[in-house]
Amino acid sequence: MNLIQEPLAFELSSPGLVGCALPASDVPAAELPAGLARESLALPELDELTVVRHFTRLSQKNYSIDTNFYPLGSCTMKYNPKANEAAASAAGWRGAHPLAGDALTQGSLELICRLQASLAEIGGFAAVSLQPAAGAHGEFSGVLMIRDYLRAKGQTQRTTILIPDSAHGTNPASCTMAGFVTKTIPSGRDGNIDLKALAEALDDTVAGIMITNPNTVGLFERHITKIARMVHEAGGLVYGDGANMNALTGVFKPGKSGIDVMHFNLHKTFSTPHGGGGPGAGMVGAVKELAPYLPGPIAVRKGGKYALAMPEKSIGKVKAFYGNFGVLVRAYAYLRMEGADGLRRIAENSVLNANYLRARLEKAYPLKYKKGCMHEFVAMGDIAPGIHTLDIAKRLIDYGFHPPTIYFPLIVPEALMIEPTETEGKRQLDAFADALLAIAEEARTKPELLHAAPSTTPVGRLDEVAAARCPVLCYRG
Amino acid sequence: MPFIPNSDADRRAMLDVIGKESVEALFADIPASRRFPELKLPAGLSEYEVLKEVEAMAAKNLDAGKAAWFLGAGAYNHFIPALVPAIASRGEFLTAYTPYQPEVSQGTLQAIFEYQSMAAELLGVAVVNASHYDVATALAEGILMAWKLDEDRRRILLPADMHPEYKDVVRTYFSSFEVEIVEYEGAPETAPLDGRAACLVAGYPTFSGEVRALEAAAAAAHAAGALLIVQADPIMCALLKSPGAQGADIVVAEGQSLGNPMNFGGPYLGMMGATEKLMRKMPGRIVGEAKDHDGRRGFVLTLTAREQHIRREKAVSNICSNQGLSMLQSCIYMAAMGSGGMRAVARLCHDKAHYTAARIAEIPGYKVKTGSFFKEFLVETPVPAAAIYDRLAKKRIVPGLPLSRIDAARPDELLVCVTEVNTKAEIDALARALKEVSL
Repeated sequence: MNLIQEPLAFELSSPGLVGCALPASDVPAAELPAGLARESLALPELDELTVVRHFTRLSQKNYSIDTNFYPLGSCTMKYNPKANEAAASAAGWRGAHPLAGDALTQGSLELICRLQASLAEIGGFAAVSLQPAAGAHGEFSGVLMIRDYLRAKGQTQRTTILIPDSAHGTNPASCTMAGFVTKTIPSGRDGNIDLKALAEALDDTVAGIMITNPNTVGLFERHITKIARMVHEAGGLVYGDGANMNALTGVFKPGKSGIDVMHFNLHKTFSTPHGGGGPGAGMVGAVKELAPYLPGPIAVRKGGKYALAMPEKSIGKVKAFYGNFGVLVRAYAYLRMEGADGLRRIAENSVLNANYLRARLEKAYPLKYKKGCMHEFVAMGDIAPGIHTLDIAKRLIDYGFHPPTIYFPLIVPEALMIEPTETEGKRQLDAFADALLAIAEEARTKPELLHAAPSTTPVGRLDEVAAARCPVLCYRG
Repeated sequence: MPFIPNSDADRRAMLDVIGKESVEALFADIPASRRFPELKLPAGLSEYEVLKEVEAMAAKNLDAGKAAWFLGAGAYNHFIPALVPAIASRGEFLTAYTPYQPEVSQGTLQAIFEYQSMAAELLGVAVVNASHYDVATALAEGILMAWKLDEDRRRILLPADMHPEYKDVVRTYFSSFEVEIVEYEGAPETAPLDGRAACLVAGYPTFSGEVRALEAAAAAAHAAGALLIVQADPIMCALLKSPGAQGADIVVAEGQSLGNPMNFGGPYLGMMGATEKLMRKMPGRIVGEAKDHDGRRGFVLTLTAREQHIRREKAVSNICSNQGLSMLQSCIYMAAMGSGGMRAVARLCHDKAHYTAARIAEIPGYKVKTGSFFKEFLVETPVPAAAIYDRLAKKRIVPGLPLSRIDAARPDELLVCVTEVNTKAEIDALARALKEVSL
């Protein structure tokens, strides 16, 4: 990790420098629109090598999957194969224009069509749209589909969506954007949805339920088919949040088990890079009854040619053009490399790895839910007087590991949510477990090491409260 | 499989520690009748085989680099310096997550802060967020922000002359709410503004390329108590007065032009900026400066009390990502170009577009319909534009967007876009081909 403070690009600027030479003009100069000429533009002025060094040095201030174990729960930080990047960099993709017309973009349409079919098969869906640009965008699309389906049935009184208390914050936020109100369903003592509370909540104002399965404490909703039946009998629909699909590829098809609409995060399960925050891709799949409502257009094959088509009762467009296409190419390449067998191996090894870490750590880090887990598990970090999960997380950095997800899900106090993924081996998992066990020992004997952590990074713990109180959001010269 | 490091012996040893007989036993919670279904997918292929297959598919597209390219309409064929993808594809940027642990994410965080700073300067606003999925969703969320300031103002004024896909996305985002979306023709200051309006949206330029000063629109919107939202071309902002400087309250822009390939429509980045007053109402991630206990400067995600992971159903938006890598490409692009390079690119686009328009206007039967423009303008054609497109495409000249593709009632209009990559020779060839096709 690069520990030397790197100035801002603005602070490296020298007047007159340009980092890229441009062709000289071969046409006459034309007059700018009257009164609109801009007088000054205060961007950095840098030579090319300064730009390269600046951003290379910045990159060296990140932990990343390529450099460090990164066991962020519910984020599926698996290895992103380099072949994905090679596949996505073909000139035929990069230089394809979204409005060039079907005849000039058959390659892109073919890839979309094939990927739609593969993902539908994995999820057990009748149809898939690749339009949504992220998981939350898929949720928004799926909830709009539920809305329109119910509207078409005249069920406009169904204005509530049920959300388990372990759900990601995007679930309720997406419902609000789709005009629904939300009602929280508590988890039972076993970490699964409380069936009694669910039964009590089901009435004719309920549009549906959003279920993350496995849920965010890493447990499979054992009663998923019963829950779906209860909701369907009450006239509602079931939305599946596929954030944790990495535990289920080749293991369980949600679309065949009562889930009506669902998104997958291609940047999680299908190995496309997270890129420091995006771009992702949040495909949405649906069973037969809901498929006509998918966001469009989707790709179809007609008479040996590929074309775009709007699903019959589509909720409309959720984004310009056709989703985050470059991300789709990466997911396609990954799926072709894995194939049917590989997909099942992914789920098996991700679940095995999580259970192994859980078994190695459970004595030192208590678990709220003692059952065996799926691809992730949630431990608790208040293991010694005055020690909090935040201290454990920051100390892990000094051992060279990215911390797990912390303080989520909200139903587990001092949560440490650990997802190793299938692309880590026993040796790496042992090193991580050894570090966490050493930290547990330090928590009792040398707590000051935890409180002062991290000490091996370019900056120490930053004052986030002060940063939010008097925000500095731009370089001010 | 090269992506699974555990050997069979490792798996056996791990199962012993777990206390299970088999890997299958770990899946006992899944209903037996639904466990391990058959997947009707082909077996996995080697990396070499997959790359061959994918490259063969890509080759079925027409790569803009192999044609004289005059099609824009929301996706622009600009030059991308080699250093942009070379640096943005470094594993440390590519394979990092959202910077929730700031001490080990200063690279991503500082890059976002620099992007916010450069974009704010370019668009002329006080605050820029870390980006949306694309400009269409940024616009929709910008309008949502304006409406939520006072939900009793239920009218949204959109220009009729706006990208049809952007209008479609706005309609989808508002399909759950009782608001009235009114399309206006002509100059934005002539739109029907009154106390019912939440916001006036203006294109800078419009879909057909018209560039209009925004000060009168800002004054009219503000007099009615509404916000002015501007959808801008970021390259144009390097050369012409920024929307913020002319009074816009919210500015959105498609950042694809800044260092991102056209890529069949994505991933791009929706740039969004606003005045300081609107800072705490903005959706999206925002990075701010912070200090550690030793007074060292660092950067953190900030103002998170707006966001879904804290506020859940009361959050200002459900957005939970940004277009990180696309934003990073734009950040590196702006740093490499700098003030001089950005202005030079903009100047080349402008001058070449005007040369092209002049050449086309000379051809009998063709008429340039856009009055004041930057890099894109509308042409009336003597024969159907779709037929021109098909005939010229065979010669590897892609002349623009036939508007009949989006509105069957407009068969004789072609939206032509010219950027710094179009040479005079290409432009002259376009003019010759347009002339031939009309004879």
